[in-house]
Formats: sequence, C-alpha cells, structure tokens
Amino acid sequence: MSWQPCVGLEVHVQLSTDSKMFCACPAEFGGEPNTRCCPVCLGLPGSLPVPNQEAIEHVLRTGLALNCQVAERCRFARKNYLYPDLAKNYQISQYDEPLTQDGYIDLDVNGQPVHIRIRRAHLEEDTGKNIHLLDGCSVVDYNRSGVPLMEVVTEPDFTSADEVRVYLTELRRILRYIGVSDADMEKGQMRCEPTVNLRNLQTDEATPKTEIKNLNSIRSVYEAVRYEIARQLRALETDEPLVQETRRWDETARQTVSMRRKETADDYMYFPDPDLVPLEPSSDWVADIRASIAELPTARRRRFVEEYGLPEYDASVLTEEKAVADYFEAVAAASGDPKAASNWVMTEVLRYLNEEGVTVDRFPLSPECVAELIALTADGTLSATIAREVFARACRDGRSPRQIVEQDGLAQISDTSELAKLVDEAIAANPKAVEDFRAGKEKALGAIVGHIMRTTKGQANPQLVNDLLRQKLSAS
Amino acid sequence: MPEIKREEVLHVANNLARLELSDDEVERLQYELGRIMEYFLELQKIDTRDVDITSHVLPMTNVLRDDQPGECLSQEDALSNAPDKIEGFFRVPRILEE
Repeated sequence: MSWQPCVGLEVHVQLSTDSKMFCACPAEFGGEPNTRCCPVCLGLPGSLPVPNQEAIEHVLRTGLALNCQVAERCRFARKNYLYPDLAKNYQISQYDEPLTQDGYIDLDVNGQPVHIRIRRAHLEEDTGKNIHLLDGCSVVDYNRSGVPLMEVVTEPDFTSADEVRVYLTELRRILRYIGVSDADMEKGQMRCEPTVNLRNLQTDEATPKTEIKNLNSIRSVYEAVRYEIARQLRALETDEPLVQETRRWDETARQTVSMRRKETADDYMYFPDPDLVPLEPSSDWVADIRASIAELPTARRRRFVEEYGLPEYDASVLTEEKAVADYFEAVAAASGDPKAASNWVMTEVLRYLNEEGVTVDRFPLSPECVAELIALTADGTLSATIAREVFARACRDGRSPRQIVEQDGLAQISDTSELAKLVDEAIAANPKAVEDFRAGKEKALGAIVGHIMRTTKGQANPQLVNDLLRQKLSAS
Repeated sequence: MPEIKREEVLHVANNLARLELSDDEVERLQYELGRIMEYFLELQKIDTRDVDITSHVLPMTNVLRDDQPGECLSQEDALSNAPDKIEGFFRVPRILEE
C-alpha cells in the first residue's frame, strides 16, 4: 500500500507598517508593557477600528505575487474566542470573504518542478502577549495587540518536508522582495503551522490530521514535518492508533509531542464585523499595486542566467536578497563585465557583509568603486591578490581604488626589464630549487615564483614572472 | 413558539458566553429566546433570494486610514480600568496555553 504525505501550511506574517492595523498606535516591536495601546487595541467600549491602508496594500501585493484573485468586495469578520490575548474577546479577521484567494506558486525542489496551490492570503490583527507566572497567574502586554498580521494558507499539496522548506524559503524571499515584511521566523515575524496527514493513493483513505506548533525557524519546520510524516507512517505499520490532535515541536528532543486532542471543531461564531465597512478594491487600485511589484526572485534568477550568462548557483546566491541583486546589477552595469561583477559581489562583498554583520545598504563601497577595481584588474594594473588588498583598504578608509593604487604604490609590476632583474635575483637565491626544476621537478618552480612574489609584496605580475622564469631556466 | 431546550441555553451561556446562570434564569431565557426565534421565523418568510446580506447599514466602502503612528495612552491610563495589574501588565487568572 502506498501512503502519500499531505502537508498544508498556514503562515502568519507580521506586516511592515508604522502603525497598527485598526488604530494609530506604533506597530514596532518591544517597548515597556502596555505603552503602545489606545482604546481601540485595548477593546474599550465605544472605540471604533479604522483599517490601515498600507496593510491592505501589503496583502494585495502578496496575493498578486502569489497569483491570487483579488476580491471585488470583502469584509472583516469577528472571530470570537475567550482568551485574554485580545482584550475584545474577539479577533478581527477574515472568514468567508478573504481579500485574495485561489493562487499558486511554482517551486523548484531539487531540480523537480512542484506546483503548490495557495488557498488564500487574508488580513487579521495580531494578539497581545501572555506571560505565565509561576504564582499561577498570567499577565498580558497588549503592545502587539492589533499589529497587522497576514495569513497565507496553502492547499495540502506538499508531499515532503523538502517541498515545505523550499516553499518557506521562497515565500520569505518574496515577502522581503516586495517589502511587505522582514519575515524573520526567529523574531516571530513569520510563524508557521503545518498540518500533516497521510493519504492512501489507492483507497483514498486518510489518517487524522495533526497540526504542529512551536516552530521558530524554517529548519525546525522542516525537521518537524519530516518527523511527523515518519511518525505517522510508523504508526500505520505497527497498527498504533492515530488521532486528530495538536502536537508541539520539542526543539531539544527533536520530536513532536501531543499537546491536546481535537475532538470537536472550534466554534468561533464568526460574523461580519459591524464596526467596519466592506472593502472594494477598485481595478485601478489593484493595477497600481500590481505595477508597484518589482521583479520577483524566481524571474530575476532566470534573467541573471539568461542575460548575464551566470551559472544557476551564482544567480540564486545573488538574487537571495533584493538589495544584493540590485547592487550586483549596478556593478555589472558600471563595469560592463557581469561575470567579474558576480565574482566580486559573491566573494568579497558578501564576505564583508557576513563578517561585519551588516546589510548591503551599509556597505561602504559604491558599485562604481567595485567597477573601478574590475577595470584595474582587467587592464593588468592590479593582480587578483593586490586587488583584494585594495578592496580591503577602500572598505577601511573610503579612498577610491585608483587613489589607493597611486598613493600606496600598489600597481602591479609588468615592466619586463624590471621583472627580468627580479627573476635573475630569485634564480641566484634559490640554487636548490633551480637544480630540482632542471631535474624535472615541475613543482620547484613554485618556490622561485614565491620568492619573487614575497620580495615584491605580491606586486609582480605572476603570469609574466612565470613566463620569464621558464624562458631563463630552459635557455641557460 | 419554537421550543428552546434547557441544554441549548446552557451551551450558549456556559460554553460560548462563559456565563453562569441560575435555574430561574435558564427557564426565563428558554422562554425569551423562544420568543426571539419566533420573531426570526416570521422574518424568514420574506423572500430574500436577490438581496445581499447586510452587515452594515451605511452605504460606504473603503474607509481607510493612512499608515501614520499617533498618540497612545500612558501605561497608567491603559491600566486604569484593570481589575488587577502588576508591574505594567494586566494580571489575569491562570490561562492554560492553547
């Protein structure tokens, strides 16, 4: 019998806005408890919510990027529940009329195309934060209450943990590209709850669904889904009963553990929120938003391969972050050499960003500076090694590569007569290596070249040194 | 008049609204909710096939605000109606993690 895993994902995304969803309190993270609150997000009687236009546009932008249909008319609904993380006793959400729905995303999973249907992307408000005290009481901070939250729900189309991982990585990349969220799972800006079960492909029989919570990184989602699929398969084999339940991912034990069984469907008594008037996104408005969406990562990756002739791997590294891709394109344009631009950005620039822990907008060199380095290397003024040294100096003190080459005397020695003198000196200083080379030991040449590079602090043109050295050693 | 069962009143009161009712109140609500249901049955006789569901009596759409942060309450004001508070937080009876 063949059982196929069916995984669906619910992803919550905190939207990047300055103010909350339905009131003007600042949406930023942190602050002293209950200092970013007002009558609306504290649910005080008589207060009225007004939706944040930017948050609505973020959801429209996401829906369009995920090929969704935008509702011609939709409403907010009240999701009623009794839990003090929201002071109103209900969450403003969307129910049967989401802002966007019926989309899809095409993924490349280890070279295989995978098509995932997106059920909906809708808008709701985040809850406050509960802290459970040891004395048996709980305390609540409503600073986060009412921060705009988008929910992106897929159909149960994933058949492996690998597909889930690729989807989340791509979704995060898209959200960052279109500027709707920083989508950092470690910071709780993106939260994911997978639903996992198995379906028998012959009989259409299915195991009960489990929902997994407490996942704080893409890595843990991947591991939890993989674990849960294996657990359910094992239970089938050994005839252990499976139940519909919520399971918690235990990060230390690296396994899912049962939290609570779900015997009845939750009754949230949804109804349209009478405090909010319907939304009717006009076609002009939607068209403007569609036009504002920059090229998405997958399209850009493909273009980098086709337009610049970059290898797939390089294209995917360069398009991982929009700002890095922008930077690379600026260097490519300024230097006219995309391949060299790709090498510089992928190695030196990204290494600098990693080591300094900064983003590319804080990178000290302009794309024109890097293009200058490329030009200086291409015309032989700088060897690859010296070019890296010039790069480091430019990062340190802000001088231009040309200035550094002139002021610090770092130009490569390509003058043949000068090099010939250096080669003679090196031959005289390394009689043993010369003898070895003549006896047929190719490698011995390296020692003599090394001598010259050392005495010139790397400034001798290595290719010319090699040629000259071979000439001299074979002539005499 | 449609009959509202005692169990139905208790489900709505206890499970959904989290209200505790005395036996007298349950009985009274059985009667009152029955009357309300009776009125809705009357309304249901109207043919509403071509009428949109009303969630709002105002003929308005797209009432939105710009994403501009404004003033908040002070922590003291935010907590001023709280029955119980501690160190800037609202304090509530123990809640089990969902």
